[in-house]
Amino acid sequence: MKLELRGITKVFGSLVANDHIDLVVEPGEIHALLGENGAGKSTLMNVLYGLYDPDDGEILLDDRPVTFTGPGDAVAAGIGMVHQHFMLVPVFTVAESVALGYEPTGRAGVLDLDRARRRVAEISERFGFHVDPDALVEDLPVGVQQRVEIIKALSRDAQVLILDEPTAVLTPQETDELISIMGELKEVGTSIVFITHKLREVRAIADRITVIRRGKVVGEARPTSSETELASMMVGRSVSLSVVKTPADPGASAFQVKDLTVLSPTGTPVVDRVNLDVRAGEILCVAGVQGNGQTELAEAILGLHEAAAGSIVLDGQDLRGKGVRERLRAGIGFVPEDRSTDGAIASFTIAENLVLDLYDTPEFARGVTMSPAKVQANAEQLTQEFDVRLTDVRDPISTLSGGNAQKVVLARELSRPLSLLVASQPTRGLDVGSIEFVHQRVVAERDKGTPVIIVSTELDEVIALADRVAVMYRGRVVGVVDAAQAGGVDRDVLGLMMAGVPYEEATAQAAEHQSTLAMADQGHLPHEEQP
Amino acid sequence: MSTVTAPERADAAPAEEQVLARISYRTPVMYALAGLVTLFVFAVGTDPDASTTFQLASGSSWFTIPNFGVPSLVGALLLAAAQLAAAGWAYVLLRSRRGVPVWLHLLVGVAFVVSFLVWAGAGRTSVIPVTSLLAGALALSVPLIFGAMSGVICERSGVINIAIEGQLLFGAFVAAAIASQFASGYAGLAAAPFAGAAVGALLAWFAVSFRVNQIIVGVVLNTLVIGLTGFLFSTLMADDPGSWNARQPLGVIRIPVLSEIPVLGPVLFQQTILVYIMYVLVAVLQFMLFRSRWGLRTRAVGEHPKAADTVGIKVNTRRVWNVVLGGAVAGLGGAFFTVGSGLAFGREMSAGQGYIALAAMILGKWNPRLAVLAALLFGFSKNLGNVLSTIGSGVPSELLLMLPYIITIFAVAGFVGRVRPPAANGTAYTKD
Repeated sequence: MKLELRGITKVFGSLVANDHIDLVVEPGEIHALLGENGAGKSTLMNVLYGLYDPDDGEILLDDRPVTFTGPGDAVAAGIGMVHQHFMLVPVFTVAESVALGYEPTGRAGVLDLDRARRRVAEISERFGFHVDPDALVEDLPVGVQQRVEIIKALSRDAQVLILDEPTAVLTPQETDELISIMGELKEVGTSIVFITHKLREVRAIADRITVIRRGKVVGEARPTSSETELASMMVGRSVSLSVVKTPADPGASAFQVKDLTVLSPTGTPVVDRVNLDVRAGEILCVAGVQGNGQTELAEAILGLHEAAAGSIVLDGQDLRGKGVRERLRAGIGFVPEDRSTDGAIASFTIAENLVLDLYDTPEFARGVTMSPAKVQANAEQLTQEFDVRLTDVRDPISTLSGGNAQKVVLARELSRPLSLLVASQPTRGLDVGSIEFVHQRVVAERDKGTPVIIVSTELDEVIALADRVAVMYRGRVVGVVDAAQAGGVDRDVLGLMMAGVPYEEATAQAAEHQSTLAMADQGHLPHEEQP
Repeated sequence: MSTVTAPERADAAPAEEQVLARISYRTPVMYALAGLVTLFVFAVGTDPDASTTFQLASGSSWFTIPNFGVPSLVGALLLAAAQLAAAGWAYVLLRSRRGVPVWLHLLVGVAFVVSFLVWAGAGRTSVIPVTSLLAGALALSVPLIFGAMSGVICERSGVINIAIEGQLLFGAFVAAAIASQFASGYAGLAAAPFAGAAVGALLAWFAVSFRVNQIIVGVVLNTLVIGLTGFLFSTLMADDPGSWNARQPLGVIRIPVLSEIPVLGPVLFQQTILVYIMYVLVAVLQFMLFRSRWGLRTRAVGEHPKAADTVGIKVNTRRVWNVVLGGAVAGLGGAFFTVGSGLAFGREMSAGQGYIALAAMILGKWNPRLAVLAALLFGFSKNLGNVLSTIGSGVPSELLLMLPYIITIFAVAGFVGRVRPPAANGTAYTKD
């Protein structure tokens, strides 16, 4: 089915999220929609899917104009969408999730779950998804949940499939599998709109690329364009994709985590006997797919989670039993994963947010009273130093963009002398310019001789920043890879380790994988083996 | 894809050294506590020569079971032993990381209650009337069960229904008023759901359409209903009680054959039509919630409204109708207070039962079947207090009034694991 969007405009208050966007997707085409976070890609797709009403413009399917009042209409017209945050009910089975909204029923609205199960099994078999219709959604790995979403769309005869940032939650291997699934769908004539900000993927799979910046189409690119070309189109200026840094000059071991175990509320270990050793003046990246215990590890270091076993030692001082405040005072700087809820208080001003950890120190307070003038001066100085774009430091921090808010959090944490910096997902959701800035500051902190721990699920970020990489899988450290050793870190090796494969094996498998890829290039697509 | 097998391999390798979660020994501790109380309070406090008499017979059985006496001390000791044995077994089960079966909870609960009865009735001439104890328990559970079902219907779709209390009270009021007007209990019964639905509709209007905090709206509605019914009670009803607040009891219907079963027959099958409606309601709701399109959509809307929206389900419409339906169910339950128990309406006569119904719903993990068990537990403990104060036990009646709540605390603390409410419960849904 041919899909055409003409002059789509969507306005939220004063923000023009989509400004007269035109887009044509030919039948059986994989069309990438490339743009930074906040460029308006998801808004456009939500308009197409009937979730938002466009303020202007029209949607044409096979050259016939259509209007959607809700997702039901879009689905009926043959449009399927796999949302970035899956639209699956965690406590439902796969069959129930797929059936929801289009339930096969017998008499009196009684569910015919057998029919739903058969439908899942049929599609799963046709595309080799290996999905059990009776499994509970919450028990499935994210990669499989994504396949459930695809089955959901296909079970409604989707002719156009929208994939919104589909690779954000996947391991590199799962991404490869998704790419081969997309290839198969294309074979049977399904058009695919693939939304992403990851340049590598776009080049690997897209037939055509439309680049969106600040709500406008800035042009079409060819998959043969280089990553630098694509990046400058996406950002609007030339950017450097690699982090400029000198080799690390690590000092003595400054921070040790020994046999650290953290239990979830239900009592299962989420961090499972983890050992880490970070030296002064080096960046240790903790890599892994979201949800493998990295978040809990970082939070346990700050004392937000109680350690069930093991010890955390900073500069020879055991932090066990110490509260969060004592740990901050011991010199831990912490950039939390979710800056909007954990990193700042949205309704507080920028100036107040900059002293959240120091408001009661003699620097800003005397007795029970605070000194607003000092808080203000501190904010003026820090926001200038960290290049925060703002109108007034007395505005609530919620008025700042994601990148500027993150700079405020970073400014607060880096403004005091640190003996350890822990940053979780420091660049998630930021624009390329802010990412560059954050990376530079992190490297600068390292060069001051501070041990740095970066938790990241973005392989590109890990490879760019890390001096050493610890890969976590299901709460355990699978292995630690030295970036300086033997010509740096191999993406495929890290990817395999993120799926739980130990280092030596991963190296061997990666070599093998390279050779299969070479075969694929010669036209022999390897078919998925039955596990 | 040469890498598909990788995760399994990683799973298999560290299996022998996996760190295991700490085992919670709460259940055996609770069992042991019950056993020790039986042993040191009930058994030690019993005269060795005393006996306790139980009465199982009722008028209309095919055959009469004679009252039978139990030597109190021996009974208490045996029951204590049973509870302690259950504690030991539960410990063994948990230590080997197996679950404790639900029937063991029930067994220990029954053993504890019976040992309490043995102790309370020891050495007295009065008998423990088992049949009427159970029948009264069921009767007292009726508004709780209706209320809990109302809660399940609303909260499964994501709206907290604190207004169950008001819906019960308004149902009771309207049932009484309409029943007197038409001189028929059945007319009152038919009107009650509409009263509850009206309160439900108000709740839905504010909580779903205007996204006002659901708990606050619910509490306000309860206060509103108390005020309104109190006002009409002291004006309309007080002025002309004959035509507005006359007692119009529903007749007791005996189900042929079934009502002749000893003990259970009179308890379950000699009841008013309201109780029979309740049986059907619970069974239908249990089935519909998990096996129908309505149930699947209701649960989806309560767990992940956005997901429901993306497949074309009208989230807020579904919620509004569910809240109205839940209100109707609670309103019907409210009829129990007036026509259902043959009483005239009285000011604030629902007396907090709506909140207890909500507790039963939580104790029952938002599941109709389990919520019924929880409601029955509340009803039973309340009636136990009543029965004991009439047969005269050594326990002061004020303490007996506390019984339902003490049992609740123990039940919640001891037997309920982590409960998981519907994920979107209490949050309004908007598209943006």
